[in-house]
Amino acid sequence: MSQLLLAAGELHNGQVPLGEAVAFWILGPLSLAGAMGTVLLRNAVHSALSLAGTMMCLGMFYLIEQGPFLGFVQIIVYTGAIMILFLFVLMLVGRDSSDSLVETLRGQRLAAALFGIGFALLVALSVGRAFKGSTPANLNGTAPTAGDPSSYAGGKVLNSNGSNVNSIADLLFTRYLFEFELTSALLIVAAVGAMILAHVEREEPKLTQRALARARIRSGRPQPLPGPGVLSSHNAIGTPALLPDGSISEESVMSGLQIGSEYENVPALPGVISEGEGER
Amino acid sequence: MTPTYYLVLSAALFSIGAVGVLVRKNAIVVFMCIELMLNAVNLSLVTFSRINGSLDGQIMAFFVMTVAAAEVVIGLAIIMSIFRTRRSASVDDANLLKY
Amino acid sequence: MTTTAHGIESAAWLLIALPLISGAVLLLAGKRANKWGHLLGALVPIVLFVYALMLFFAVKHEHNREVSRHLFNWIHVGRFSIDAGLLLDPLSLVFVLLITGVGSLIHIYAVGYMSHDPGRRRFFGYFNIFVAAMLLLVLADNYLSLYVGWEGVGVASYLLISFYYDRNSAATAGNKAFFANRVGDVGLSVAIMLMFAYLGNTSFQTVLHSHLSNGVASAIAFMLLLGACGKSGQFPLQTWLPDAMEGPTPVSALIHAATMVTAGVYLIARSAAIFDQSQSARTMITIIGAITLLYGCVSAFGQDDLKKVLAYSTVSQIGYMFLAVGLGPGVYAIGIIHLLGHGFFKAALFLSAGSVMHAMNDRIDMRRFGGLRTVMPITFAVFVCGYLALIGFPLATGFWTKDKIIEAAFDKGGTSGWILGIAALLGAGLTAAYMTRALVMTFFGEKRWEDDVHPHEAPKSMTLPMIVLGALSLVGGYLLIFGGGVQHWLTPSVGPSVEEGVHTVNPTVLSILTLVVIALGAYGAYAAYGRKAVPVEKPVAVSPITRAARKNIYADAFNEAVLMKPGQWLSRALVYFDNRGVDGAVTGLAAGMGGSSSRLRRMQTGFVRSYALSMLGGTIAVVAVLLAVRFQ
Repeated sequence: MSQLLLAAGELHNGQVPLGEAVAFWILGPLSLAGAMGTVLLRNAVHSALSLAGTMMCLGMFYLIEQGPFLGFVQIIVYTGAIMILFLFVLMLVGRDSSDSLVETLRGQRLAAALFGIGFALLVALSVGRAFKGSTPANLNGTAPTAGDPSSYAGGKVLNSNGSNVNSIADLLFTRYLFEFELTSALLIVAAVGAMILAHVEREEPKLTQRALARARIRSGRPQPLPGPGVLSSHNAIGTPALLPDGSISEESVMSGLQIGSEYENVPALPGVISEGEGER
Repeated sequence: MTPTYYLVLSAALFSIGAVGVLVRKNAIVVFMCIELMLNAVNLSLVTFSRINGSLDGQIMAFFVMTVAAAEVVIGLAIIMSIFRTRRSASVDDANLLKY
Repeated sequence: MTTTAHGIESAAWLLIALPLISGAVLLLAGKRANKWGHLLGALVPIVLFVYALMLFFAVKHEHNREVSRHLFNWIHVGRFSIDAGLLLDPLSLVFVLLITGVGSLIHIYAVGYMSHDPGRRRFFGYFNIFVAAMLLLVLADNYLSLYVGWEGVGVASYLLISFYYDRNSAATAGNKAFFANRVGDVGLSVAIMLMFAYLGNTSFQTVLHSHLSNGVASAIAFMLLLGACGKSGQFPLQTWLPDAMEGPTPVSALIHAATMVTAGVYLIARSAAIFDQSQSARTMITIIGAITLLYGCVSAFGQDDLKKVLAYSTVSQIGYMFLAVGLGPGVYAIGIIHLLGHGFFKAALFLSAGSVMHAMNDRIDMRRFGGLRTVMPITFAVFVCGYLALIGFPLATGFWTKDKIIEAAFDKGGTSGWILGIAALLGAGLTAAYMTRALVMTFFGEKRWEDDVHPHEAPKSMTLPMIVLGALSLVGGYLLIFGGGVQHWLTPSVGPSVEEGVHTVNPTVLSILTLVVIALGAYGAYAAYGRKAVPVEKPVAVSPITRAARKNIYADAFNEAVLMKPGQWLSRALVYFDNRGVDGAVTGLAAGMGGSSSRLRRMQTGFVRSYALSMLGGTIAVVAVLLAVRFQ
């Protein structure tokens, strides 16, 4: 350990550099606030946005913790891809009763809060105790010296082997090649699975142009519906057309729109003779 | 400030995510909280990498991201198909498997 | 001591084997044996009787008149060894002659009596098995073999009482006999176990020549007495015997009058050496005998069923025998002789009762008889012979034997002697009275039977044995007692008879007194039943004594109240305990499991967040434990 300390010359007494500490104290509260927002905000879209903020902060953490590759991947994959997917599904599903923050399970909130705090304390305390006196290594430090095993920092390849991306690629395609291939298989399976889950089978064949035309002729009403406002005093969409005898045509108004009561009994235009009168 | 602080932060984020899973009813928000937990673990892994002076932690975090991506895809597809049949995204509404 | 069997004696096992084989053939051959089965069944006891006579004379010429025939080693475990063997001595030979002789006659009678019965072959099969078991009982040379025969006659008796098993009363009577016998059999088996425990052996040779401590001897004697009471229908186990009359009449004659019920007397006579060592047991026998003989007499008065009258008479007469064998060493022979005579005259009475029954379409109610004297002269004559022998008419069998017993009872001396003597004397009077009642109601007076009954004399196969037995009833007693022949003959087995000694009451006076008492009883009964018409229906307004006699002095009611009801309560309580307690515990456990799981099931709410909460709780617990171990 002392050898490693010597290799990381600028680190003193296990402290991280001041800049990193400042960044932590800014980003840490921000990420916590984002996480709290995710849990507490009623609107799911707001939750998603605050989660995106937390992930951005985490990406920053990766960058300052000498993992630039992971930092950028975090920002691109998580905040870019995954969070968009979340928002997309949110929009698709729309808002419903699930947004309600009213708790239906008795004691669930209290228990969850107690367990959460207890778990956080337990892990934080134990982690703090376990890593008491641990020091940060300088992953950007000098290359290991040949013939000096201790300078390999446990035999690991470090960022100084070119760059962080190069080093990770080295590891991925050598030591972790099999696992890497496994993730590719996993992603393919996931893609196929998502397709199968989201796919909806068409239950009847798609209607052809010919079938549609035949259906229209056979319906007994081949001509289009009258437009609204014809022969009327208004041309608003809710104004029914007037038939030659002066009565209103209900067909001319889109279904669902209320025909205004003022059109119910429109007097016939002068000169137009109703059928009944003609007979008389 | 030592790297342990990152770990404590990670524990806090993880716990907040866990509480979110327990208290939110919208399945998508629950899922987001699970992502939060995964990210918290990722922060720990990166910090371990820093402490140990090796890149294995970062590789691990990388794999976690991959798995998380696959999981999100499948999970959201499941939520979609449940929503299609039940017209609800509430985890409490899908409670048929019981006594 | 005993002579080993040789010559004709060595084939004595045939006495048991032949009827056993015959019974097996009859029962196993099925319908094929229907035609000739009864003939085979009747032939076997005749052959046995002839053979028994030959044996009798062979043994008579032996020096000490005790011949043992070792058959095989039955049980041999370590030092424990039981031999199966036969003992031919005067006592067993007397019984063999009685069983085969009277048995032959009754078998012949049964050929005619059962001729119309569809179960005739089965009947003869059981009958032969009974003969085999009874012969084993009397011929055994140890108590264990005797016990086998003892149980065998019990089984045969049960089967024959319940012979008409489709009749509920017969099936119940069979059960009753079986249960009552079981009580006695337990006594006998305990006695045998005591012999094993204290002597290590049960052969007569060992047991009867051992000196036991007073306590052990008393224990064995009382247990033997219990067994004898059960088998012989003595107080307090007497109630099964009258009900046993549900069986066919030949069964009543052979098993429940002449032979099996006297097995108790045989047992006591055979075990005389043990009873000699226990004065209290001996006293007990006399008390039981006295109680039973009076009980039988009184109960016989209340019965309208002719066979039941005879059955109570049997109970009473066996009471006399018990009294005799209980009185002491000198009187055993008298008891045995009375037993033999009783075998003759009671068989004659039963056979004539069966003949009457046969003629009256199986009706047995004496109130429906009357005036049969002229219709059935032979039956009447035989019945009168039996009647005279039973009441002790001068020169008939009972006169010789019963008088001797009464005399011996008085001669016992002291207060107990007087009490026993007066009881026996009173019994003689009562016997005369109830037998006169039965005779008058059956054979004299107006005919009271219904129009569809056409009484007729029985066929020859039935009348012949009856005549023989009737004749034996009249003269048999004289033959037996004459010159003390049988008494001397029995001496090697039961000890010498008492010679004429000091008498409490002068024998001649006593004889005359007895005759007076008998005459009074007979006359009283004649006055009550012979002078006026017997009502067809049972009178209702009767004295308490009559009511008690009809209900056999409430013995059944007593048994029911004291033994049966508590038994039922006990078993009901046990059933209740089993249902509620044992089953309740089992089903309660299951129900508790089911109930608690149905409540536990409610934890499965279906809310995934609840599950997640418990998962988190579990995780925290596991982490806490891990950390506690890590950082302890």
